[in-house]
Amino acid sequence: MNPVNYLYLAALLFTIGAAGVLIRRNAIVVFMCVELMLNACNLAFVTFSRMHGNLDGQIIAFFTMVVAAAEVVVGLAIIVSVFRSRHSASVDDASLMKL
Amino acid sequence: MSATAVHSLWTTAGGMASAAPAEKFKAPVIEYTQLTPVLIVIGVAVVGVLVEAFVPRRARYYTQVFLAVVALAAAFAAVVGLAAGGYGTTKAHIAAMGAIAIDGPTLFLQGTILLTALVAVFTFAERRLDPASHGNQVDSFAAQAASVPGSDSEKAAVRAGFTTTEVFPLVLFSVAGMLVFPAANDLLTLFVALEVFSLPLYLLCAVARRKRLMSQEAAVKYFLLGAFSSAFLLFGIALLYGYAGSVSYAAIAHVVDGSVTQIDPALADTMGNDALLLIGGAMILTGLLFKVGAVPFHMWTPDVYQGAPTPVTGFMAAATKVAAFGALLRLLYVVLPGLAWDWRPVMWAVAIVTMLGGAIVAITQTDIKRLLAYSSIAHAGFILAGVIATTPDGISSVLFYLGAYSFVTVGAFAVVTLVRDAGGEATHLSKWAGLGRRSPLVAAVFAVFLLAFAGIPLTSGFAGKFAVFKAAAEGGAGGLVVVGVISSAIAAFFYIRVIVLMFFSEPKADGPTVAVPSPLTMTTIAVGVAVTLVLGLAPQYFLDLAGQAGVFVR
Repeated sequence: MNPVNYLYLAALLFTIGAAGVLIRRNAIVVFMCVELMLNACNLAFVTFSRMHGNLDGQIIAFFTMVVAAAEVVVGLAIIVSVFRSRHSASVDDASLMKL
Repeated sequence: MSATAVHSLWTTAGGMASAAPAEKFKAPVIEYTQLTPVLIVIGVAVVGVLVEAFVPRRARYYTQVFLAVVALAAAFAAVVGLAAGGYGTTKAHIAAMGAIAIDGPTLFLQGTILLTALVAVFTFAERRLDPASHGNQVDSFAAQAASVPGSDSEKAAVRAGFTTTEVFPLVLFSVAGMLVFPAANDLLTLFVALEVFSLPLYLLCAVARRKRLMSQEAAVKYFLLGAFSSAFLLFGIALLYGYAGSVSYAAIAHVVDGSVTQIDPALADTMGNDALLLIGGAMILTGLLFKVGAVPFHMWTPDVYQGAPTPVTGFMAAATKVAAFGALLRLLYVVLPGLAWDWRPVMWAVAIVTMLGGAIVAITQTDIKRLLAYSSIAHAGFILAGVIATTPDGISSVLFYLGAYSFVTVGAFAVVTLVRDAGGEATHLSKWAGLGRRSPLVAAVFAVFLLAFAGIPLTSGFAGKFAVFKAAAEGGAGGLVVVGVISSAIAAFFYIRVIVLMFFSEPKADGPTVAVPSPLTMTTIAVGVAVTLVLGLAPQYFLDLAGQAGVFVR
């Protein structure tokens, strides 16, 4: 199968993730959409690696996974602490600071 | 490209396994001495984590402050040593198997980041501003970040005299990422360094002692938007990798300007595909412009600056900007100069809306931290004007501006921590009325910083602005200079308004008090004032230094 199709899939997943970040209201769901975007990047890296016949893209995918894991640790810590003090994880409720 | 050729990279046919002789493997060469600044900071950060685990709670604060100060000072000494050894000029080269560039801009920016971080750590360690609670001196950070604000567990933590000493290792991790960020010489290192310096900052934003709900809100906003922008950066990296078949800056630059000598047949398809290059480049720029706080991507700046603990805001505002502009400069000047005709108009537009947007919205602000946040957006626009110059002067003027701006910022936020009322820091502008009559010294120092932000002559802000506008004009961006001068005039209006408010209005009866800080914060403010005046009165030496440092290695 033509590897370019996987690039289209990666772009589609990235767009779905980006749309989710902009549309969804729950901080956890927003965060999951960011993770979807990172995984779309991974798919693109691996596909390009296959197309170019060098291994850089696959190595980068590993790095991305580690970074995404670190981001989960930090992100969930922040979101959980916000949820504990407000009993809400909605990004609309976080509006103490406005112009 | 045949499928077998590709698969042979990661599979071996049976019987052929012994065909690859072991001596073909080349061990990587890492120039450890040239990486010492980064290694010192990250090593001590790891030691700081161990201190949290093993040192008794009473001794942790002193141990951590000592370690952080020693690490930053030692790393700065290492940077000076490398610069003295000629690594910034004649011996500039690419180290660590192509991952890190050791050259003038790298060393200049690393030195700036380390010095600003050092004086910022002094404000982190300040414990005399808040009244002691239960006989324990407290700093700007929560007793226990994990406990819910106002809950019993938080009260117990305050009673027991807990402090969040983890902030010191977190700052060091963040500084380590910032040291690598402007030095990164491939896109993977760029991405990893971005995350290494961002993730600790997200956490630092959430741990304010006072107004913690706001602090947590700032953290969640910064985190979600920061993760969103780094996903864009990563997809841009994927597309550029797809375009050039490599993430190394030099290799991509060769493909971009069409000077590849040997065209790999596997690459022939993607190299001709400009959509990959243009979209990829735009997405990477999006990620970097988010970090510098340029206008279409600035929405996080005011909220995060306002909500984060003020010492963290000062550190973040200064050091993040230095690191991110360093990476942006290297990307535009080393990787994408062949694309300058495409990115210059875009950056023109971004610089114009950033300068005007930051300056105009700042006028309407009523909170001093938000005001400084919008002012930092306007300054990002001024620096972008220097970036657009695409001349050697453009590099050196941006380096000088970053050095001047970072110390003013750390100093200004340090002054903000001093003005307090019963609820903590009194950041509302109305409370600053008449401050010059109550405490003339603090108000005068703050006025110096505001004048430097405004770019009044005899301050570092003037020398910096003059340098970037001159470089921009000579680089063919005259229109940008006109917009820059107009928005400087708009910005001067609200800086002067704060000075007028402090000196020429009656103090309110229930006005804030100015806390007397320990020598730590005093040092921060004194260094800020000293650098502001020295760079304003005698900028030539430092302009020469930035001029010598302004050559990228490729």
